[in-house]
Amino acid sequence: MVRRMIPAAVSDPPPSAAASARRFSGHGLVCIRGERIVFANLNLTLAPGEALLLLGPNGSGKSSLLRLMAGLLRPAAGSLAWDDGPVREDPERHHARTRYVGHTDTIKPVLTARENLAFWAKVCANEDDTRATLQARTDAALDRLALARLADVPGRMLSAGQKRRLNLARLLAAPAPLWLMDEPTTALDKGSVATLEAIMAEHRATGGMIALSTHLDVNLPGARVLNLDDFAVDAATAYGLHEDRHPEDLRA
Amino acid sequence: MMGAVLAVLRRDLRLALRQGADSLMVVAFFVITVSLFPFGVGPEMAVLERISAGVVWVTALLASMLSLDRLFQTDYEDGSLDLLTLTPTPTIAIVLGKVAAHWLTTGLPLIVASPLLAVLLAMRPEGYGVLVAAMALGTPTLSLVGSVGAALVLGARRGGVLLSLLVLPLYIPVLVFGVSAVDAAVMGLDFGPQLMIMGALLLATLVLCPWAASAALKQAVE
Repeated sequence: MVRRMIPAAVSDPPPSAAASARRFSGHGLVCIRGERIVFANLNLTLAPGEALLLLGPNGSGKSSLLRLMAGLLRPAAGSLAWDDGPVREDPERHHARTRYVGHTDTIKPVLTARENLAFWAKVCANEDDTRATLQARTDAALDRLALARLADVPGRMLSAGQKRRLNLARLLAAPAPLWLMDEPTTALDKGSVATLEAIMAEHRATGGMIALSTHLDVNLPGARVLNLDDFAVDAATAYGLHEDRHPEDLRA
Repeated sequence: MMGAVLAVLRRDLRLALRQGADSLMVVAFFVITVSLFPFGVGPEMAVLERISAGVVWVTALLASMLSLDRLFQTDYEDGSLDLLTLTPTPTIAIVLGKVAAHWLTTGLPLIVASPLLAVLLAMRPEGYGVLVAAMALGTPTLSLVGSVGAALVLGARRGGVLLSLLVLPLYIPVLVFGVSAVDAAVMGLDFGPQLMIMGALLLATLVLCPWAASAALKQAVE
């Protein structure tokens, strides 16, 4: 079993990701890129502990949806909201609750792995996080993703997989309830994928939420599937109102 | 919020120090370009002295602009800009941190180098102090105005040329009052009003430019 080869988690309790156990939802989302409607009338909800698996062929809007959920893209129509108010009214609060992992690795070649990670831990930190807390979190995150040995290696010397792991370490170094992950397993070996799956399971067990897009098999037990193809506008069902589906629905 | 701004400032300073060439290049450009003028217009002291303030200021403007394209470009290319706009800190504050780092790594060296170049151009000694004071007020304004341009040209091809077209016209007020302050000091006139206007320009850009730049950055990451 590949999974067993990765040492179990460091004994630290998972960071308090789900400090606010709130639901996140999107209603009637429409995304337009370059005068093309990528998807329309898309609804989604995420409750604490839930995961949403985004599927669909290239160009179906998985990345766009994640960027939209992160707040990088503005929806052409529809809205995103937490339990306590729309995202639009308080984007900073939304940013404090979400972590986005995109295609790029966001690693500065001249900074060491630890400096890279510590920077993101610092800029995403709460006001009341002390320097010691941040440092402990950074070290624990490096440890968890098996980067502790590489902590003082400059970013330019890291391999693609190591860069990706460092980018994922951001999720642990700067905890937030909602993780938006755009093909996070790219460039990862099997062992690292297993570690990532374990980290995601822990995150959900503590009330965290995950929206993840992938081409590969990522083990996300009980995740709901959102097939972006269903919301393409040229599909026969265009402009019908979809609810996001459970795997059971898809089998039917 | 202050913590995040300082973190951005520290990171950008660290990046600039580790790839030290950038900062050095700006000063080298400043020094070399200014020292071309005595060759071009001839070594008559009277002529050099007459144009000294203008030459130092125009060259400082160009040198400051030269380094602008790296203000957001690398962060834009490696995806850091996406994440910076997604932090709980307002983007305006992030911009302020980055501009402060830009000024410390380019504006400050220009201020230090300017009196030496004034000597080279035979400026009268009464002008040195005012030149430094005017540069101290003017160079942060240049960095602030430049940040708007740098944010607007993100993603554009040949952004560097476009940037100079956008930014140089906006540098004119700083140039006019910067030169005028030094000229007034050399002629023994009151230079207070010019410095005050430069201070006012700095305060106005301090309020407006981070706001405009952050709006442009949000457009750029879309």
